[in-house]
Amino acid sequence: MLLIHCPYCEEDRSELEFRWAGEAHIARPENIAAISDEEFAEFFFLRNNEKGLTYERWRHIHGCGRFFNAARDTVSDRFLMTYKAGLPKQQVPETGASEKTVETYEATEGDAR
Amino acid sequence: MSGPANNLGAFRIKGAGRLTPARTSRFTFDGKSYTAMEGDTVASALLAHGVHLIGRSFKYHRPRGVLSAGPEEPNALLDVSRDAARRQPNVRATVQEVFDGAKISSQNRWPSLAFDVGAVNNLMSPFFAAGFYYKTFMWPKEAWTKIYEPIIRRAAGLGVAPTEEDPDRYANRYAHCDVLIAGAGVAGLTAALSAAATGAEVILVDEQPEVGGALHSDATTTIDGKNGFDWAQGAAAKLKAMPNVRVLTRTTVFGYYNHGFLGLAERVSDHLDRPGRDVPRERLWQVRAGRVIIATGSIERHMVFANNDRPGIMLASAARTFLNHHGVAVGRRVGVYTAHDSAYEAAFDLKRAGVAIAAIVDCREQPGEAVLAEARLLGIDVLTGHSVTNTGGRLRINSMTVARNGNFDIRKIKVDALIVSAGWTPSVHLFSQSRGKLRYDEAQQRFLPDIYAQDCVSVGGCKGTDDLAELIDEAITAGGGRLALVGENRFDWTGGMIGAGEGAGPDTTVKAFVDFQHDVTAKDIRLAVREGMHSIEHIKRFTTNGMASDQGKLSNMHGLAIAAEMLDRPIPKVGLTTFRAPYTPVTYGTLVGHSRGDLFDPTRKTPMHDLEAAAGAEFEDVGNWKRAWYFPRRGEDMVAAVNRECRTVRDVAGVFDASTLGKIEVVGPDAAQFLNLLYTNAWDTLKPGKCRYGIMTREDGFIYDDGVVGRLAEDRFHVTTTTGGAPRVLNHMEDYLQTEFPHLKVWLTSTTEQWAVIAVQGPKAREIIAPLVEGLDISNEAFPHMSVAECTVMGVPARLFRMSFTGELGFEVNVPADYGAAVWQAIWERAERMGACLYGTESMHVLRAEKGYLIVGQDTDGTVTPDDSGYGWAVSKKKTDFVGIRGLKRPDLVRDGRKQLVGLVTNRPSDVLEEGAQIVADPNQPKPMTMLGHVTSAYWSENCGRSIAMALVAGGRSLIGQTLFIPMKDRTIAVEVTDTVFFDKEGGRIHG
Amino acid sequence: MRKYSVFAVAREALRGHKGWEAQWTSPEPRSSYDVIIVGGGGHGLGAAYYLAKEHGITNVAVIEKGWLGGGNTGRNTTIIRSNYLYEESMDIYEHSLKLWEGLSQDLNYNTMYSPRGVMMLSHNVHDQQSFKRHINANRLYGIDNEWLTPEQAKAFVPVLDIAKTARYPINGAALQRRGGTARHDAVAWGYARAASDRGVHIIQNCEVTGIRRGPGGEVQGVETSRGFIGAKKVGVSAAGHSSVVMEMAGVRVPLHSNPLQALVSEPLKPIFPCVVMSNTVHAYISQSDKGELVIGAGTDQYNSYSQTGGLQIITHTLDAICELFPMFRRVKMMRQWGGITDNTPDRSPIQGVTPVPGLFVNCGWGTGGFKATPGSANLFAHLIAKGEPHRLAAGLNLDRFRTGRLIDEAAAAAVAH
Repeated sequence: MLLIHCPYCEEDRSELEFRWAGEAHIARPENIAAISDEEFAEFFFLRNNEKGLTYERWRHIHGCGRFFNAARDTVSDRFLMTYKAGLPKQQVPETGASEKTVETYEATEGDAR
Repeated sequence: MSGPANNLGAFRIKGAGRLTPARTSRFTFDGKSYTAMEGDTVASALLAHGVHLIGRSFKYHRPRGVLSAGPEEPNALLDVSRDAARRQPNVRATVQEVFDGAKISSQNRWPSLAFDVGAVNNLMSPFFAAGFYYKTFMWPKEAWTKIYEPIIRRAAGLGVAPTEEDPDRYANRYAHCDVLIAGAGVAGLTAALSAAATGAEVILVDEQPEVGGALHSDATTTIDGKNGFDWAQGAAAKLKAMPNVRVLTRTTVFGYYNHGFLGLAERVSDHLDRPGRDVPRERLWQVRAGRVIIATGSIERHMVFANNDRPGIMLASAARTFLNHHGVAVGRRVGVYTAHDSAYEAAFDLKRAGVAIAAIVDCREQPGEAVLAEARLLGIDVLTGHSVTNTGGRLRINSMTVARNGNFDIRKIKVDALIVSAGWTPSVHLFSQSRGKLRYDEAQQRFLPDIYAQDCVSVGGCKGTDDLAELIDEAITAGGGRLALVGENRFDWTGGMIGAGEGAGPDTTVKAFVDFQHDVTAKDIRLAVREGMHSIEHIKRFTTNGMASDQGKLSNMHGLAIAAEMLDRPIPKVGLTTFRAPYTPVTYGTLVGHSRGDLFDPTRKTPMHDLEAAAGAEFEDVGNWKRAWYFPRRGEDMVAAVNRECRTVRDVAGVFDASTLGKIEVVGPDAAQFLNLLYTNAWDTLKPGKCRYGIMTREDGFIYDDGVVGRLAEDRFHVTTTTGGAPRVLNHMEDYLQTEFPHLKVWLTSTTEQWAVIAVQGPKAREIIAPLVEGLDISNEAFPHMSVAECTVMGVPARLFRMSFTGELGFEVNVPADYGAAVWQAIWERAERMGACLYGTESMHVLRAEKGYLIVGQDTDGTVTPDDSGYGWAVSKKKTDFVGIRGLKRPDLVRDGRKQLVGLVTNRPSDVLEEGAQIVADPNQPKPMTMLGHVTSAYWSENCGRSIAMALVAGGRSLIGQTLFIPMKDRTIAVEVTDTVFFDKEGGRIHG
Repeated sequence: MRKYSVFAVAREALRGHKGWEAQWTSPEPRSSYDVIIVGGGGHGLGAAYYLAKEHGITNVAVIEKGWLGGGNTGRNTTIIRSNYLYEESMDIYEHSLKLWEGLSQDLNYNTMYSPRGVMMLSHNVHDQQSFKRHINANRLYGIDNEWLTPEQAKAFVPVLDIAKTARYPINGAALQRRGGTARHDAVAWGYARAASDRGVHIIQNCEVTGIRRGPGGEVQGVETSRGFIGAKKVGVSAAGHSSVVMEMAGVRVPLHSNPLQALVSEPLKPIFPCVVMSNTVHAYISQSDKGELVIGAGTDQYNSYSQTGGLQIITHTLDAICELFPMFRRVKMMRQWGGITDNTPDRSPIQGVTPVPGLFVNCGWGTGGFKATPGSANLFAHLIAKGEPHRLAAGLNLDRFRTGRLIDEAAAAAVAH
């Protein structure tokens, strides 16, 4: 169970209080009625699904109710930061966990040092 | 049973062990009665009575005894019961403490443990090599299901599953701490003392009944000048007295999950003679730890040699625990076979306790000098450079065959027990579960923690720290405090080996067991490699090595070494299979805790629930809600009740509980603009005091929800949603409001449970409620269909809607939930006098279908657009934006031939279609048939005097008047396509 | 290839099983192949086998970054059924089920397909409507699926609790008798052995790091941890990692990778005769030939490649299992694990051509890919060989997300895969 920092409540809370809300920083096109089928499919369906650093949205649904953004490593599941909705995509700190990321212990197989 | 000791067992050694005969208990094993001392495990108690034959193996049904003294036990698995309903299969005899009256049975044998017919498998074993089943049982094809598989399934499995509902209670606790310490041996206790001294909140956990860890088996180590085990108890007492420390014994840290989250299973009462009713059996602890100190020690390995599995063969450390802790000798004439110094200490302790040591057979040429010297001093025969190459005996070992390494001259030595040690495997399970990465320690042939993935640290044996002083220092540092502690042990240990021993090499066909429970031998592992299984995962899966209930705690390293030798690759290149939770098996009951019956999932009840129940309602589950389904009167079945209710509503009136509908208060200067964006309809044209039916789509253009929205003021809307849709609709609205349209000044509040909603529908609806309504003219002129107003009802502040889901004159009275029951009662008293009825969801469904009203989720399914369902009129043509505006224009959503909602009438009026029935144009076509659509709703309509149905049919609206067919299993039903309104087509009644 | 039979086993038994050869060979990669399949799970290995067997294309390599069957093939709960709702789904799953029925004989490898029945429990009126919609559609399509009363369900699964007093009482069930389970590892190994026998190269421990494209944008081969390997056609069948591999060719696919967990109990004597699923209470369970109760848990809510998940997912699943089968509270969980599922927006798979010439994709099987293994592999081989989809898989194309012609089994059915 993840431990998530709500940037509004400024507290670490259990994942049970939160609802994942998909990739972050995908803005609804201003002229949505005018975009092409391809552009609509991209907006509505296509996601980066990154292996590694991902930007995603969460909602503190059983807390303050606010949507917010998070930067997380999808290999280690480590949160690098969370920040309020509406803020631009944040650079993750240099000392982020990526170099410490362990590719999952499945990988110890055949690859122990 | 307390009192004077009965026969405590012929193998109890006077003066040995830490148990006292003050309290004893009696238990039966396979029907025979035995006495045990307080603190005995089932294993120690049986061994005290000289019982070594305890179980049968999984595949070959070989006789097996106790191998270990701890949770790693693969052999001694028993069925333990208190009573018929409290029966637990696959219990490790080495963990279960004896309680008075325990009924214990062996498993996987028939007719008896000593004479087991299944043992014929042992004779057939050349046929049953690893993976043999992949190569055969394929002919004839049908025989797999009918003959082979049933036989295999009957033969497989160990214990017998419980067949009665478990009456025991299980508890669940959440906890937070700064430091969680897994393991309360020397390292764990020291780390706890150190951490506790800093004032940190500490949880110290150990799986055994008392702290001490490896000190259980030890007799010579001193710490702080005291006997090690006594020091440990003292340390625990000190810790327990500290307010910032919680010590949990009989508790296993079974899982280390993300972000410092750990699962612990506490065995609360399985050891008690008579647990009270208020005591749970087990307790799940879910702990979020700031930091974790892993002090889980190490596990001794067995030696891999021919027939190394006979009862009486056990780990040296186990024999030492049984002697030094339980006061039990594992035999009278004990052989030792070892590759590690630690087994010598077991021999010394046994010898001093008066047990004959037949010989110490050490496969190494050069054991540790100190232990050799001590052996000499005690007069124990040591054969270095020798190996045990075989054993004799049927239900218990009676001899060991010893040979000089590389030499064929053998001699048989009589023994009644053989204790073995191939060295120690660090318990890196929790470290690995935390997703840390291991490195291979070539010199000591072991995997050790290397890169940490979470905020944790390993100390002591599980980190590979062998030296006691070093271990203590390490633990103090890990705890973060200061402490002065001196530990001394008598011997520093050296040695260890992994893989097959002498006489079990690649050129042999002997049965040298690597994994006892699954009967995996060294030659099975070699066969797997020969067949191309070069990944350790493939070897594991092909041979099932390490897949038994002990999950390879003893077998993994041996299996790996044998595979590496065959592959001629270094061990780290072959790899290690994944360590997964749980560390030891955990009952479902523990994981479930209180979540059973009514607590399995919350039940939502409306304020009128009890009144409805009293009125005889049958309820149906709709999401978490219990909704009144129908109100049968005496002698009525569901059909009769629904027919009566439907008729009464249209003839007189009916009262219906609509409280479960979702309700959201949308408030703010931009509320209308917001709803314009979230619904397909236009809302700025809706005047205060009016309400309107709205359809919500998502961006994809498919119907997501619907409901009536009332405008109470310029800046205030009362939005209703479907019963099941309320939470997701609110989430959907919040999402857009917070992230896409944050400039809009709107506030959203869920009011579902704040309002009780009483629908009064039917020609007499106005007459029923009129005297109760205050401050509002509800005449047809003043308050026409689709009006809303705030007023009071019986003096209670209310929101009154003039609306209808039945096609009749109707009102929905919203009052604060606390007043719901009272208002309901008052309305019902009037209604009943006038000949109205209570009606439930079933009649509601029929009545709305008579009018062709849609139920989202029944007549739509997430692939239906407003136009498909005949509600294209609800999509504003004028708006330039709303959620769904673009999705609705996609090619497939505007093509011809989409499925459209239409009505169906059967040629025979009495035929009621099956909801979900499929529709075809030609019932005589071959399968697979081309299906045009399906029946979404179908009812007997008492008011129409015939059956009615709604269906989604490809190009449905263009087929009106045509005949289609519904092929059922036993007959084909012809139907005519109609529009969806079956009753009061002109719609006059609603304005009555 | 040496034929497996009871006689061969008996012969080997007499000489210590020394005569068995490797089930598949592990050759050095050639510099190029006609076809490269990325992903050595059941789907990829099977596709290679059918390319060789049915299309005569044997210059094929299967490239696997770990060990064969180490992804979802070796991690799933092995449920097989074909009683889906939409024609596109019924087509491929029924094609698959028919292949399952003869797979052991076809591969000369006992894959232990066991048609013990898959039962889905209905708990309310909505479930009943949905199940009957399936049952009727299946019947008219020639697929077995039948409605059972609670009493009939109990007769089929004696340990089922059908008490009306349960929190979610059972009001019926849908049963597909031909549904069941199979031995997951055997499927990977059986395909690998049969493909290897026909000349397919199986290359393990080789990670694809790039997809090389020519001047015209067409596929030229793959960069790997063991160097460049050329190919005219590349088929990607990488399950949870499909979007990562496709991204290498600049193709975005609508996928979410989520952890899915499962667990097994300690081995028990036979007590559970079939597969039982309940969508309303979120549980599915069967018993393996070894005696373990095999239980599928839910998907974690977030994207992850970690092959682990939260304990709360496991406890929630067991809550449901014990609610349906209260006698199992004393049964013990022996092992839990996770896999990475690749989920599409409509919860139906994607199999088809891509905007890159020579690049084909088979992904998005989500939580239900095992049952589709033979059918998906067979049709994927057709797609790669012919360059266009087989009739039975035509609807699974990538273009449906543009047109909106989704195959929304989840929305329509509310049934777990």
